[in-house]
Amino acid sequence: MNGATQPRRFDSLFAYGLFYLAFLYGPLLFIVLFSFNDAIYVAFPLQGFTLDWYDAMWQQKELVDSLFNSIKVAAVVAVVSTILGTLAAKAVTRYRLKGSGPIVAFIMVPFVIPGIILGISLLVLVSNLGVELSLITIGLGHILIAVPFSMLVMISRMEGFDKSLEEASLDLGESAWSTFWRVTFPLVMPGIISSLLLTFTLSFDEFIIAFFLSGKEATLPLFIWSQLRFPQKLPNVLALGTCILLISALVIALAEWVRRRNLKAEQQSEIGV
Amino acid sequence: MTERLDTLATSQTEGRATVWDRLRYLYRRSDQLRGYALLSPTLIVMILFLAVPLLILFTLSFWTQTYIEFDRSFTPANYLKFFERPIYSLLLGKSILISLCVATMTVLLAYPMAYFLAFRVKRAKILWLILITVPFWTSYLLRVFAWKITLGYQGVINSGLMSLGIIDEPLQFLLYNPFSVVITLAHAWAAFAILPIYVSLEKIDRTLLEAARDLGDGPVARFFGVTLPLSMPGVIAAFLFVFIPTVGDYVTPRLVGGTTGIMIGNIIQSMFGKANNWPMGAALAVISMVIIASLICVSLWFVRRMQRMSV
Repeated sequence: MNGATQPRRFDSLFAYGLFYLAFLYGPLLFIVLFSFNDAIYVAFPLQGFTLDWYDAMWQQKELVDSLFNSIKVAAVVAVVSTILGTLAAKAVTRYRLKGSGPIVAFIMVPFVIPGIILGISLLVLVSNLGVELSLITIGLGHILIAVPFSMLVMISRMEGFDKSLEEASLDLGESAWSTFWRVTFPLVMPGIISSLLLTFTLSFDEFIIAFFLSGKEATLPLFIWSQLRFPQKLPNVLALGTCILLISALVIALAEWVRRRNLKAEQQSEIGV
Repeated sequence: MTERLDTLATSQTEGRATVWDRLRYLYRRSDQLRGYALLSPTLIVMILFLAVPLLILFTLSFWTQTYIEFDRSFTPANYLKFFERPIYSLLLGKSILISLCVATMTVLLAYPMAYFLAFRVKRAKILWLILITVPFWTSYLLRVFAWKITLGYQGVINSGLMSLGIIDEPLQFLLYNPFSVVITLAHAWAAFAILPIYVSLEKIDRTLLEAARDLGDGPVARFFGVTLPLSMPGVIAAFLFVFIPTVGDYVTPRLVGGTTGIMIGNIIQSMFGKANNWPMGAALAVISMVIIASLICVSLWFVRRMQRMSV
């Protein structure tokens, strides 16, 4: 069953693969292309090259503020959800827990509930408790969707190495703590890095939940949303969008590379996203 | 070990310190307890911020909005209103229809790609997987926005075709209709469809395909007789992974849907915003969730039956 015996089918599938990538990346590349175009409107023909929009972008104080807000929220979300995801993944991969099936299914529930419902239900909770909406409530909402992702990444990582390595360390007289630092931690490190990067980006780019849970301070996607109403602000959004797309793409490519390279090395099949 | 437990049990009466010792002993001995202890922080967070809020939302749907406060007396009025005013059920029906179209289109587009990845790509597999995953993680808002500028009346496609001289005036059907909503959502959730199908195709035992070939099956018969049935779990998972989150979306309909592309998510959003009727919004959310859940159950039941019949 190798592809070489059927060169024609290989070609058409390969062509489809390229078509699919064009479909995935095409619209995004238009954002990049027109962010350098010297015109207010996004339309062909191109009017000439300019960096004005990038210049104008940094003049907006609100933008810089919301950028730092997003970084703050995303950093906290990444650390908290990776800790929670790692603990839970360790629990279900290392111990034969009774009822771990339904518990894992419960933790994965945010995957199968529309974001809007997660957003409004948290909004109802915090308003009932009388908590003021702020960056903290946005972070809470993001932790809710980041934990399942982190747990999936960590489970696939932890299934990839042998439990007997930890047992050997314990049998040879290392304490539980030093076994964790000297055996477990180095082995799951790629998963942790990958989880931190993925959850950071997830939170950094999230809009649907943040929309309901935001107070006075905005995150970057909320700022972009507020700018979409003004046609004259469109080129600034294009420039900002280009920066966000490029940085997100780099971070994610790095995270996926770290994760999949190690998975492949251990002949493990991929799980999930 | 039983001796030790017995002595611990008898010494239990001696004081609190020994109870503590016993708990510690049990904790050391029991994998179950240690497992649950590791799991508990995550579980507590998910109960507090997922289960509890959903229960409160359910309760809220039986209350009534009185200007800025709630009338907390129990009433099914919001649910009755849903059935009285056809606009709600029409919108919900349309949202489900749009999401079904999106899920179908996404799965159909994704299948050949997943097949290509699983069966044809040999060396650069990681590269392809990364290329497919990256757009999924980038800003959702920007991906929707990208389609708005691509399909717009004076957008990329129209102005491009006009400057090439292919059309004389902009095509109006590109943006602000259910079609633009479907294509934008299908693009946004592409990776969610490819990965489950890819995983299920990767798992297929290649010797089964060789056996089918040795028994004289051609490529088409091999695909429909072996590959497709064995990849059905991935296809179903992909379908549901795309269908579920798209039903409640409000960003895509708002940016590219126009007046005819409005979905139930927009109404729920406005109930928690401008319309300021939280209990009604909660009721609409609950109804949507119940209908989504029952559709999922029916489809899973149907799949099980199909599998049993084929065995």
